[in-house]
Amino acid sequence: MKIAVCVSHVPDTATKVKVGENKKSIDPNGVTYIINPYDEFAVEEALKTKEKLGDDSEIIVISVGSDSSKETIRKALAMGADTGILLKTENDFDSIGIARALSNEIKSQDCELVFCGKQSVDYDNTITGQLVAEMLGYSCITVVVKFDIDENKIKAEREIEGGREIVESEVPAVITAQKGLNEPRYASLKGIMAAKKKTIEEKSVKSSGKIIEVINMHLPEPKKPGRILGTDGSSVPELVKLLREEAKVI
Amino acid sequence: MANKILAVLEQREGILKRSAFEVVSAARNLAEQLNLEPEVVVVGYDVSNIEEIVTYGLNKIVHLKSADLADYSSSGYKETITNYAKETDADYIILSNTALGKDLAPRIAVGIDAGCMIDCINLDASSGELIATRPVYAGKALIDIKCNSAKKVITIRPNVIKTKPVENPASPNVIVKEITSPNLKTRVIEFKKSEGKLDVAEADIVVSGGRGMKAPENFHLIEELAESLGGAVGASRAVVDAGWRPHREQVGQTGKTVSPTLYIACGISGAVQHLAGMSSSKYIVAINKDKDAPIFTVADYGIAGDALEVIPALIDEIKKVKSN
Repeated sequence: MKIAVCVSHVPDTATKVKVGENKKSIDPNGVTYIINPYDEFAVEEALKTKEKLGDDSEIIVISVGSDSSKETIRKALAMGADTGILLKTENDFDSIGIARALSNEIKSQDCELVFCGKQSVDYDNTITGQLVAEMLGYSCITVVVKFDIDENKIKAEREIEGGREIVESEVPAVITAQKGLNEPRYASLKGIMAAKKKTIEEKSVKSSGKIIEVINMHLPEPKKPGRILGTDGSSVPELVKLLREEAKVI
Repeated sequence: MANKILAVLEQREGILKRSAFEVVSAARNLAEQLNLEPEVVVVGYDVSNIEEIVTYGLNKIVHLKSADLADYSSSGYKETITNYAKETDADYIILSNTALGKDLAPRIAVGIDAGCMIDCINLDASSGELIATRPVYAGKALIDIKCNSAKKVITIRPNVIKTKPVENPASPNVIVKEITSPNLKTRVIEFKKSEGKLDVAEADIVVSGGRGMKAPENFHLIEELAESLGGAVGASRAVVDAGWRPHREQVGQTGKTVSPTLYIACGISGAVQHLAGMSSSKYIVAINKDKDAPIFTVADYGIAGDALEVIPALIDEIKKVKSN
């Protein structure tokens, strides 16, 4: 079986966000980029699935982005994925544009199983996996914390408010990974060396215009500094009084 | 005839969720601003509180009914709602950005060839064009967006756009449409309830603990404090990664974003990822030994002391006050 993993190259979660000069995106100066944390769970699950199937399944890592996204593809290759594809673009895509590019590529590669992160940590879009699935006519299970495949039957657990849903479906399918699905492996030195020799195929893709347009990016209103009431339990009565009388929350 | 807006409501175990009524209020607002004809859509089987919808100002209710759709099925719900949206040629579909809404909205968007505006915290159509505001980078920044396609699917963040009950609501006009043999290729076969009483993302009061709690066994203090306030338990990423607490309790950039009325951070220094996930809470209390910890920059009230010492006193005081 061919397995696709969709990965995204995003600012490190420790980034302190500053709005860029265009007032539409962040200031990229001094920002470190990493593989989207949820995509690491996706890569790991693809590797585990291949190991479980024990056949000659091939794992193809696909990313939409600029040249720098190769770092993230390389990271997935170092973890053990087989080949990489960069759908190269210099212009900005919205989720639908990204999903369109990914689904076209997945279709031409004939991948039956697709893993991706449940959301990207930059634009916090939680929809790309579902969009890809619908465009391909695949099943889709999102926010997955447990995954099992048997022949073409899939059983997964997904996290929802107050518990987990156990969901059954079948391949072809898209699975979006939530933290807790697995413990992503560290790339071994051997893996890192091997990744250098693996090919990353580049294909250029063009956006057909954005459906969702950012008009303005801004920072939330800063909270006004609060009060430190004291340094021990003796301040507790005052705290409770403020919560009751000033904040009126208890 | 005016274009339509469909408010798609979520029911669980036959009861419409609180967030569903926020969708009714938001749809009513948009309908007024954009001169749309509003309709409420409920997918499910028996829904006990369906008539409560009118309290929030809309009374045309379409119940897409099937025993097979009592529980969520992504394929079945998507097919049912997409078919109805096509039948009514609706231009706007609005849902809550809950687990179900997040899962379903983009599928409907592809089904009706719409753009998808997700996780909106403000919808403004006063200019005649819908401009939505949504958080990005886990709330570190906000973007104002518009959607350039004729059809739009919108989700609103729960707990942010408040419900507005109306005076003298109209009587409900519930139209039941039986749905036969929906597509159940992907379906929920079981629901496993988690042990915690309340989900951190849905709670009105959240009490979170971090490294400053010193050991996992000290989290009973967090649980007791949460219980004394009727709130939910949250955790920092550090203690989740250390295996002290389950991931579902994690607040922050790779966990849940919360905006409760009251957030109490105990022994949490306030890494940028954590602050992003909770800064929009209405009132924040921080209890942390280090008075220079970043958590105090977002806290309304702070105690710069040992959480293990302060929490028991706080539990006692709250119990005392509540019993009076």
